[in-house]
Amino acid sequence: MSTALSFNDVGVIFPDGTEAIRGVTFDVATGEFVTVVGPSGCGKSTLLKVASNLVAHTSGQVEVDRASLGYTFQDATLLPWRTVQRNVELLLEFHGVSKTERAAIAQEHIELVGLTGFENHYPKRLSGGMKMRVSLARSLAMKPQVFMFDEPFGALDEITRERLNSELLDLFSTEGFAGLFITHSIQEAVFMSTRILVMSARPGKIVAEFKVPFEYPRRDELRYEPDFARLAGEVSEALRASSGEAGH
Amino acid sequence: MSAPPEPSSVRRLLGLAGPPFAVAMGVIGIWYFVSEVALSDGQSFLLPPPHAVFQSGVLDGQHLTELLEGLRATLIVTLVGLTISIILGMSVAILMYQFGWFESTFFPYAIVIQATPIIAIVPLIGVWMGFSFNARVLVVIIISIFPIITNTLFGLKSIDRNFINLFELHSVKGPTRLTKLSLPAALPSIFTGFRISAGLAVVGAIVGEFFFKGGEEKGLGRLISRYQLQLQTEQLIAAIVIASMLGVALFLIVGFASDRLTRSWHTSRRETG
Ligand SMILES: Nc1ncnc2c1ncn2[C@@H]1O[C@H](COP(=O)(O)OP(=O)(O)OP(=O)(O)O)[C@@H](O)[C@H]1O
Ligand SMILES: [Mg+2]
Repeated sequence: MSTALSFNDVGVIFPDGTEAIRGVTFDVATGEFVTVVGPSGCGKSTLLKVASNLVAHTSGQVEVDRASLGYTFQDATLLPWRTVQRNVELLLEFHGVSKTERAAIAQEHIELVGLTGFENHYPKRLSGGMKMRVSLARSLAMKPQVFMFDEPFGALDEITRERLNSELLDLFSTEGFAGLFITHSIQEAVFMSTRILVMSARPGKIVAEFKVPFEYPRRDELRYEPDFARLAGEVSEALRASSGEAGH
Repeated sequence: MSAPPEPSSVRRLLGLAGPPFAVAMGVIGIWYFVSEVALSDGQSFLLPPPHAVFQSGVLDGQHLTELLEGLRATLIVTLVGLTISIILGMSVAILMYQFGWFESTFFPYAIVIQATPIIAIVPLIGVWMGFSFNARVLVVIIISIFPIITNTLFGLKSIDRNFINLFELHSVKGPTRLTKLSLPAALPSIFTGFRISAGLAVVGAIVGEFFFKGGEEKGLGRLISRYQLQLQTEQLIAAIVIASMLGVALFLIVGFASDRLTRSWHTSRRETG
């Protein structure tokens, strides 16, 4: 297993003096699905922005192949004036893929996320879950080696969120990307990941790490098994401790 | 072989057009009352009744030709001025969006142009440029460019940060970002600017004509001025109605174009049905 993404003692201090993260060190290997949980405002999004170079880190080293990086935001960020098909083609268009090739690749990935028949719909006519699927298809079309997700399902209802969790895990198995996932939901973290990192309050550091032993493919019933509940409890406790004494 | 309109859409049209139509009927009723009952015979030239306006302003062949020629001249000035305003105003707004220094240097002057009463500038333009077509077009540009600059700039500045991140992630900048992101995202605001400016452009054209009487062109503004001097109230009212219809027509055309271009995707539009 090779390293797909590596942070070594990375710190970020914003120009206004806000120290978002400090001394963050972790790797994501191919075949891994790593989830980061942490209190609000601790610098989780900043991690992904540093990895993608939207934000410059002020100390430490980051190694990742940015050309093969996928990134979905909390919001689906679909261009409202483009149809589903044309939204999925967007990144391919940026990278100069020819028109016919684009159409074929987009078609294939629309099918992959189960939206065949919606190619010509505009985003305003899609539900929140469908928009997120389009957003996933758009990133997947670039065949990312590392796929980063910033609370992608945070705004969805629980049923839709659980369905998309399973679908995303299927894609993780078939498409072979390394995953770096951010969530507020401990259930989601345990269900999805091979490994969970817990961050402290700002400036964010990694204060705990959990290996998740369950085999893929993971069935929905896993959520109700005692081992699952025990691990979720441990993560929850670490998260509470990391949020500082104020919470007690 | 077009299908007959659905009853529901007919009803909707009636619902939409009904109340304004009732208001028009009311206004015409009051108009009749004032000119036939309230005014004595000696004063009736102040407000001739609607049918008299229609009779001598529109049905009379000579006046109609005059008004239509005026309309044509005004329309040309308006459209040329508005087109230049749109191109120039959008370019200025795009430059202001791309370069902060450009905005901080020139935006104050855009406000100055907007804040100076047009009536105060027109005589100076007359002195500089004479009564030419170009002078009239300049008046139209001065009065109509500001809403285009501000609305375009507002639209460009309101683009969701996430979209910009998405484009930055793939190092898409400059003209590609402008055409694939900034302009489409700003389109609804840009059209709001067009709509305001279309009405103002008509005002500018008529004001210009009203003051530049020496020139060759016979615009509506010049007719209005002449009818006023000669107390031809019927023709004066007919000219005013035509001028206002020109403004309304441009407003509607711009609105229709905006609707066609953004209806399928824009969410803040009123949903029908
Ligand atoms: N450009 C910036 N300049 C200054 N401070 C910033 C900037 N961007 C983020 N911050 C601050 O850095 C901290 C970390 O932000 P970040 O968005 O990474 O948090 P987060 O863990 O993703 O929070 P949330 O759970 O709410 O999404 C926050 O306190 C935030 O206010
Ligand atoms: Mg965040």
